[in-house]
Amino acid sequence: MEDKDKKKESLHLKLIPYFDKYGILILLLLMIVVMQILQPDVFLSWRNVTNVFKQISWQSMLALGVFMVIVTAGIDLSVGSIMMLSLMVLAIVSKAGAPWFIVVLTPLIVGFLCGLINGLGITLLRMPHPFIMTLGTLYIFRGTGNLVSGGTPISGFTDEVRYLGHGRIDLTWLGLEKSQYLPVSLVLIAIVYFIFWAFMNHTRTGKWIYAIGGNPNAARASGINVNKILVIVYSLCGFLSGIGALILAGRTDSGYPNAGLQSELDAIAACIIGGASFFGGRGTVLGVFAGVMIMGILRNGLNLMDVSSFWQQVLIGSIIVLAVYIDVLRRDLGTRK
Amino acid sequence: MSITKNLLLEAKGVTKYFGTITALENVNLKIHGGECLGVVGDNGAGKTTLMKVLSGLYKPSAGSLFFEGNEKVLESPRDSQNLGLEMVYQDLALAGNLPIGENIFLGREPTKNLGLIKFLDFKKIKELTDAHLEKLKINVKSADQKVEELSGGQRQAVAIARSTAFNAKVVIMDEPTAALAIKEVGKVLDLINSLKKTGVGVIVISHRMDDIFAVCDRVMALFQGTNFAESELSSTSRDEVIGWIMGKK
Repeated sequence: MEDKDKKKESLHLKLIPYFDKYGILILLLLMIVVMQILQPDVFLSWRNVTNVFKQISWQSMLALGVFMVIVTAGIDLSVGSIMMLSLMVLAIVSKAGAPWFIVVLTPLIVGFLCGLINGLGITLLRMPHPFIMTLGTLYIFRGTGNLVSGGTPISGFTDEVRYLGHGRIDLTWLGLEKSQYLPVSLVLIAIVYFIFWAFMNHTRTGKWIYAIGGNPNAARASGINVNKILVIVYSLCGFLSGIGALILAGRTDSGYPNAGLQSELDAIAACIIGGASFFGGRGTVLGVFAGVMIMGILRNGLNLMDVSSFWQQVLIGSIIVLAVYIDVLRRDLGTRK
Repeated sequence: MSITKNLLLEAKGVTKYFGTITALENVNLKIHGGECLGVVGDNGAGKTTLMKVLSGLYKPSAGSLFFEGNEKVLESPRDSQNLGLEMVYQDLALAGNLPIGENIFLGREPTKNLGLIKFLDFKKIKELTDAHLEKLKINVKSADQKVEELSGGQRQAVAIARSTAFNAKVVIMDEPTAALAIKEVGKVLDLINSLKKTGVGVIVISHRMDDIFAVCDRVMALFQGTNFAESELSSTSRDEVIGWIMGKK
């Protein structure tokens, strides 16, 4: 329509989509290179790399759930509590001697139901913002978790229950050493992230989730049942928190009252660092993965260098502010007003 | 493309009360294929209420709607869409973060089955979008461009393209040029003219006499919820229509 304007804009408009998609991966690569230079003997060793993946395994599930919620321009503050409640119920069911497949299904069902409560609360009770509903359930679910467990840790699960969080895939048949195994949790992350990538980008429901975040009125005018989609999103977020609980059960062999404390903030941070916009409608599954990795590598690298955890907090906070500032600049460039 | 002069939509004696307020009283309206009807009236004259009745958002308190000669009762906007009656809203109702093609097909995306799961058919979305934009002579860089990167006029064009992507027979546009820069108004009016050529009946609600006189074949004025005046465009003048809006004949 306007030829003169077209030429002026074409360069940065062409670059923005690529920056949107891959900018965060460049940051991730940069961090890996820097860490490798600082810690050449340890950082990229098999043991340390698998360690990073084991450490991020359950957080990555929470972050993925929160990501979908953020895409709808919502927020879920309760994922840490959902994970704790799911973990406690799992521990109780396990202690009661239920068969392993029941124990494994328990956190998934509990997580899903908690998410369903969030979704129904936000839509049916017409909460002014998801922040309020999930702030409420942050307390409710953790309180419930303490009520059912008496607030004390419950330890000792069977190997089947611990498999996803603790299992090892032997790679000696590839000529590798016994210590060079693949954590089952790493494979699980890859599978879950692939499924949700396909869901968000290649199904109608996924597209509608983005549309709701972009303009809920447009979604409604297009005949999309916005409330139904929101309930699905919050339920899936709870379900993923349940998977997180199952992984954590495997890793720690214990259900404990402080599980997932403040991890909802880590999950939100990973999404924001990974390029999901708080205004909704923007962000990628790959970006969330990069965000989780960046936080994991930062913690791991700083631990290797013996930097105090106080500095870790300062650094992670700084990265969040920087990432959001980049998002603000991007919006200024990419949107015509 | 054949220009049909068949009667597509007729409203007979439409009346709408909100409590004790009479928003519409015994209003009649007709729209033919390939024709553009301008609806004018002051704020509160009942234009928006009439359009919401036609789009199925409001149920009329009395009166009836005939679509291609058959009486229809609209329970929801879905019903009117299924009949081929589409609205283009003033706030456009587009998702800026999605590309043009995905906005046009939002909520009605073509899919292909892969096993038990339905996946979006991006190739088909792109093909259909390109063909549709081509048919309406809408000029954009690519169907993959995000709507937020478009100018106001291009957005209006996408909104109109969206309303006609599913063989719409009647398109109702609420102030289609209100939010546009002057140089873009012409493009949208051209688009309305090319819609008419494809046999679509267009109803334009507008305050702008320039728009009405550029695209409409007929103009009707509402005043205090009633039919006040109606005329072929060729046998009236701007001053007369402005007079109707103010309730003077």
